[in-house]
Amino acid sequence: MRGYRKISLGISAMLASLSAHADYSWNFPEPVTPMALDTLHVHNKFMLIAMAIFFIVLAIMIYSIFAHRKSKNFKPVTDKAPSTAVEIFWTLIPFAILLLIDFVIMGIPAYHSVIMMENTRDKANMVIKITGSQWRWQYEYMDGDAQGIKFVSNLSTPKEQTDKGFDGKKDENYLLEVDNHLVLPVGAKVRILMTSADVMHNWWVPQFGSSRLAVPGFIRETWVQVEKAGTYRGQCKELCGKGHGYMPVVVDALPVEEYKTWVAAKKEELAKASAGADKEWTKDELVANGKTVYEKNCAVCHQVSGAGLPPAFPALTGSKIANGPIFGADGKYLKDSHLDRVLNGIRVMPSWKALLNDTEIASVITYERNALGNSVGDLLQPAQVKAARQ
Amino acid sequence: MSTTTVAHHDDHAEHPTGIMRWLTTTNHKDIGTMYLTFSLIMFFVGGAMILGIRAELFKPGLQLINPEFFNQLIGVHALIMIFAALMPAATGFANWMIPLQIGAPDMALPRLNNWGFWLLPPSAILLTLPFTLALFGIGDGALATGWTFYPPLSIQGGIGVDFAIFAVHLLGISSVLGSINIIVTVFNMRAPGMTLMKMPMFVWGWLITAFLLIATIPVLAGAVTMLLTDRHFGTHFFDAAGGGDPIMFQHLFWFFGHPEVYILLLPVWGFIPQILETFSRKPMYGYKAQVYSFWAVGVLSVVVWAHHFFTSGMPVPALLYFMYSTMAISLPLAVMFFCWIKTMWKGSMSFETPMLFTVGWIILFGIGGLTGLVLADVAADAQYHNSYFIVAHFHYTLFAGGIMGIMAGTYYWLPKMTGHMYNEKLGKLHFWLTAISFNLTFIPQFFLGLAGMPRRIPDYALQFAEFNMISSIAAFTLGLSQLLFVYNIVTCARGGKKATAQVWEGAQGLEWTLPSPPPYHSFTEQPTVK
Repeated sequence: MRGYRKISLGISAMLASLSAHADYSWNFPEPVTPMALDTLHVHNKFMLIAMAIFFIVLAIMIYSIFAHRKSKNFKPVTDKAPSTAVEIFWTLIPFAILLLIDFVIMGIPAYHSVIMMENTRDKANMVIKITGSQWRWQYEYMDGDAQGIKFVSNLSTPKEQTDKGFDGKKDENYLLEVDNHLVLPVGAKVRILMTSADVMHNWWVPQFGSSRLAVPGFIRETWVQVEKAGTYRGQCKELCGKGHGYMPVVVDALPVEEYKTWVAAKKEELAKASAGADKEWTKDELVANGKTVYEKNCAVCHQVSGAGLPPAFPALTGSKIANGPIFGADGKYLKDSHLDRVLNGIRVMPSWKALLNDTEIASVITYERNALGNSVGDLLQPAQVKAARQ
Repeated sequence: MSTTTVAHHDDHAEHPTGIMRWLTTTNHKDIGTMYLTFSLIMFFVGGAMILGIRAELFKPGLQLINPEFFNQLIGVHALIMIFAALMPAATGFANWMIPLQIGAPDMALPRLNNWGFWLLPPSAILLTLPFTLALFGIGDGALATGWTFYPPLSIQGGIGVDFAIFAVHLLGISSVLGSINIIVTVFNMRAPGMTLMKMPMFVWGWLITAFLLIATIPVLAGAVTMLLTDRHFGTHFFDAAGGGDPIMFQHLFWFFGHPEVYILLLPVWGFIPQILETFSRKPMYGYKAQVYSFWAVGVLSVVVWAHHFFTSGMPVPALLYFMYSTMAISLPLAVMFFCWIKTMWKGSMSFETPMLFTVGWIILFGIGGLTGLVLADVAADAQYHNSYFIVAHFHYTLFAGGIMGIMAGTYYWLPKMTGHMYNEKLGKLHFWLTAISFNLTFIPQFFLGLAGMPRRIPDYALQFAEFNMISSIAAFTLGLSQLLFVYNIVTCARGGKKATAQVWEGAQGLEWTLPSPPPYHSFTEQPTVK
């Protein structure tokens, strides 16, 4: 086992030096969790075995191809009817070799990897919940100091770069940058609860070696234990609609002290935001704030101009819903009103209840009613959204 | 296997001419030809779609197509290549060759045979029509969920999903009809003396394929019907909010989907050893071992389905079971590889185009098989799953293992079917261009997957640029090389050097006792097998 690990590391080093010459890698990226390290070892070992089988068989074939040809006047052997015992013996040799490889050489380490991968709960230091939705990730800290921290992480590569026909220089982390990074402490075993708000997604960071499907209505589990500080990037890897290529994962692993500072700062920031929900906002403030929220969350489908992409994604400009009344005579919001649609969604339109806070929902609705070619003139206060949630 | 000399009547064919001949035909050769032609056309339709994808992926950034359209192309590409190119090609050969190989005058159920074929063109139209409808502002295009139809995405989708569901229903009916016909033919119409253990390998491959199709197609049909009722009639089979489970669809789909891989491969595994024995000029090694391996693969193929979604999450015992049972498939395959190579060993080999394709096939399918063995490992699968590694892997099994095998069979039997020799030089050129550009297309995709590029994304991060560019250039070479294949087939069908009855020096079996091309009604006098 130890000797094998050395070989495995040697191969990784060899491959790494190859990749030093080019800008891309030839194997898994550098592992930073025990699981990714284990995966790399298993992968290297299995690949080595597979390549050995392949080249040995290939060599035999090539020898035969050159030696046993008609053009060299090679006379075919006349093994007329090989006796059944001989035949069984010969054909059982490859069977036996593969039996050994499958269930001993590969099967045993694979068994231990599976047990390790699925052991999400033992000695877990903290729990976070990840919710996939079209097309962003939402992170929530479930326990410890960070309990209650909750935010959404959106692609932050400038939109003009991802637009069709853009020919300029792209950012270094093109398609792999988000506005709010997930922050984890180095060395902590983090149990991850995974779910989805709409269709299936898959949260994947190659350097962590873990990936798990986010299934709507169910909780799936995995875990990571990042052992090296740094920023790690990955992507959604379950086809989830037109924005599938545009929902990256970015994780910052911070040393414990820095992580604590981040937690404190983040809590303060969130407290400020929720305090904002109680104050009275002016229309201009709401529209200005709403523009940012709209372009980050809504413009993917409804477009920056509000023209939408009919028939799947209707236009907001001139839309009946965005220009219609929100509240009925009893002061409660109407079914199929603008607020109902944003809070609860319908068909492809997601429910934003959990993704946006009161201020954001109030801002974006006010923006949609007073911009994008609409001019209803009214405004929605965060306090009204807060009330509507109950 | 030796055969008695067979006297042939003249071709006293009486049939309508023109389009009516093809619409009403019940002749196994005509129907086989229609299957093969349909398959070739759809191979180019599916190929054109993926070249659109490769053009978009040539460099980072969006240049040519929107993400919505991208998602439609990938799913329809897969459905067309699997259901409309590979399966009809295998069925076409079954129609042509099974009666000839077992000494039967025709298939057992000729009218059913005709119907089986004529279900295919409407389903191909159903699959692709939404693209055209979208141009006229009806609906939002074809199926955009990938070929796997996973809910809830497919429940969100537009009319393309409904069209694809109906297309799959029709294709499924067609496959089941074809399978019934093959089973009935093989069990009832073999020449006297041809026991089951004397049947040519190709017939064995198809017999097991036919049973697999009958076992699994109804499950797929059921699953997509449940999807349809979820979409339109308020059921909640796959919706957690109503007590359903989206993962159940994955189980149902792959209960069909994994055997489907062997449905595509078993016919090829059938004629590969026949080509090997022909061009090695010595009987195949381990006939019985290969037949038993076919059975083993057939049985294993229906009990390993969940390895397609290890990352969906399942209990540890299930993970271990599906991992070990998947690995077990390598056991019969190792026996088969051994038999193939032992057939070549100490033969007197020559390398005409069919043999070149077969040798290339063994090597490339070997890569597909070995990477499959590695993929069975649950922990490492977390990395491979839905990355480009898996894309490369299944193209080694389905393009190299499937389509290149079909090409070997085409060159092997084309002289028999048309009565003319094809252009050997062009055939060899076609092989080398295909083999080299295929590898250059998909080897970079292994590295892309390892480096962390997910599949089914229309645009990608900058570190993936070089490999994608190589892959795209090679994909276009691969696509264009196939024009040689069509040219060679068409010129061969129209004329050329006359082929002898035996065609190949080492060819064995009943089909080579008939003249090339065989008469419209073959074996008017029943041959016997000693």
